[in-house]
Amino acid sequence: MTIRFDKLGVVIAVIVAYAALLAPFATFRANRIVPGQARSIIDALPPTLGPLLLAIVIVGGIVALLRTQLMLRLAASIVALVALAILIGVAGGFLTPAGNTFARVAPASGFWLLIFAFTLLLADVLTRLNLSPWSRVGVLVLAALAIAALLVSGSWDSLSILKEYATRADSFWAEASKHVTLALGSLAGAVIVGIPLGILCHRVEKLRAGVLNVLNIIQTIPSIALFGLLIAPLGWVAVHVPGAAAIGIRGIGTAPAFVALFLYSLLPVVANTVVGLAGVPRAANDAARGMGMTDRQRLFDVEFPLAFPVILTGIRIVLVQNIGLATIAALIGGGGFGVFVFQGVGQTAMDLVLLGALPTVALAFAAAIILDAVIEMTATRRRVVETA
Amino acid sequence: MKAWLPALLRLAVLVLLVVFITNPSWFEPLLKPLTENGAPAIYNQGSLLTLTLQHLWTVLIATVAATIVAVALAILVTRPAGAEFLPLSRSLVNIGQTFPPVAVLALAVPAVGFGEKPTLIALFLYGLLPIFENALTALTTLPGNVMEAARGAGMTGWQRLLKVELPLSAPVILGGIRLSVVIGLATATIGSTVAAKTLGEVIIAGLISNNLAFVLQGGLIVAALAVLIYDGLSAIERYAARRMGQGAE
Repeated sequence: MTIRFDKLGVVIAVIVAYAALLAPFATFRANRIVPGQARSIIDALPPTLGPLLLAIVIVGGIVALLRTQLMLRLAASIVALVALAILIGVAGGFLTPAGNTFARVAPASGFWLLIFAFTLLLADVLTRLNLSPWSRVGVLVLAALAIAALLVSGSWDSLSILKEYATRADSFWAEASKHVTLALGSLAGAVIVGIPLGILCHRVEKLRAGVLNVLNIIQTIPSIALFGLLIAPLGWVAVHVPGAAAIGIRGIGTAPAFVALFLYSLLPVVANTVVGLAGVPRAANDAARGMGMTDRQRLFDVEFPLAFPVILTGIRIVLVQNIGLATIAALIGGGGFGVFVFQGVGQTAMDLVLLGALPTVALAFAAAIILDAVIEMTATRRRVVETA
Repeated sequence: MKAWLPALLRLAVLVLLVVFITNPSWFEPLLKPLTENGAPAIYNQGSLLTLTLQHLWTVLIATVAATIVAVALAILVTRPAGAEFLPLSRSLVNIGQTFPPVAVLALAVPAVGFGEKPTLIALFLYGLLPIFENALTALTTLPGNVMEAARGAGMTGWQRLLKVELPLSAPVILGGIRLSVVIGLATATIGSTVAAKTLGEVIIAGLISNNLAFVLQGGLIVAALAVLIYDGLSAIERYAARRMGQGAE
């Protein structure tokens, strides 16, 4: 019997070997901004747990390296990820001297590389399992629940990023709700304006090139400039239009950020509506006309449902893009997770940067998975209808 | 007369752009009304020309590196030896696109320090995705009969790749490069939040000192660059498509 290697497994095993044996697992710092000292897995954990984690990741690496069954690979990646997630919290408690509130323990490159390697293994298994849209959302919910459980149980409380959170818990949730409001609100605005505009562009050919060109040019204006340029007109509106200031329109803050995100969101929505409507099979339109449907009936009962998956793809692009771009709103006082990112960059406090960046990445990632699943579901339903 | 109008417009934008970045002081009267309390109307903490060139240089390096890596990866996963990686690489590209540029920039700082390097890393990562996606689409949707003919003519794998597959894929790959350049031009401005020397410096200086003239000139230079480069690359793409006999779109 010859031993056969898995090609991706070779890559994963190399990363695991480097991360577990050579790279630091955690860093210890006397306070939040001084440079840290590296600690390996063995040094960072109590005498029994260190070798245990080392054994788990090495066995996981071997499972990945060899051609093993899918279920074994799934189990190995999950066990390794759960062990890493729990034990980094233990390392935090173990390395922090008792009663010392200034010391900071943060996950180091070795930890992140191990997480990356086993996430890669998990992603590979999940891709090969070819999950249905519902089960993909299910996996996402399970992962979110697991992370929430770890956060609530307090097992990560000794880590630096949660110490940053503890000192600004109130503002964290305020910024979080601002971030989500900005991203979702501007998306809602873009959908309400963009879909009718797209339908109009589809019907009136003269309008199409002009509208799409203007929206294209808006996309080329760098985000920080667009945010800044809207300060003046909105400030003018706030002063001169009665009632505008009362509903929260101001030169700086949320209003220009909202308008900028809205403008960026229009192109994908309008363009995908036009493409979706143009892709409606001629036969479907002819049949609808032959049945005596009015233009309005044809739009709502035939064209729109058939174009829907394409329009949804535009909405997915916008949502993921807006969640990322909303971080820039912090530069003009618009709030959102960017507040922590830019504060952290300014103070060179990387834990603070992570406090802003990790939730943003998680939100964007979750939005992408959920919308991908919805798109796939609507697209398959359409195919079922077509073949039936 | 319609045919030359867009070309003339582009030429006007180009001339205006070059004049502005070489002799910004000529435009001072135009921008002066946007400033308050006698603040300078033209960016005065560095030359606009140097910043523009540094901006373009940063985007160029990142795009070249991203093109080489993305095309090489796409070639790898479309060969029989790398076919195993194809589904995974697709999901990785999808996941990669969900990382916000600001997060990538900020997270790269502890690893490589402030300045140009985190910007290059962010631009490189963002540049990879559209090019990889387009190269993958192009290489997996090549006409079957052409590939058959190449095989029938006795071409080796390398010959097929270099003489048939890559030339045929060139227009679509160029489309990906165009997309990543335009994204890169805008993203590079954010790089100035971590002290990279790009045109973002002008915009951020304007935001900090509440000077709208700075924000406007920084934003307009980047937008004009993006529009011109987008059009230029589109023209090259159409030329490549015509040469491949795929006709202009």
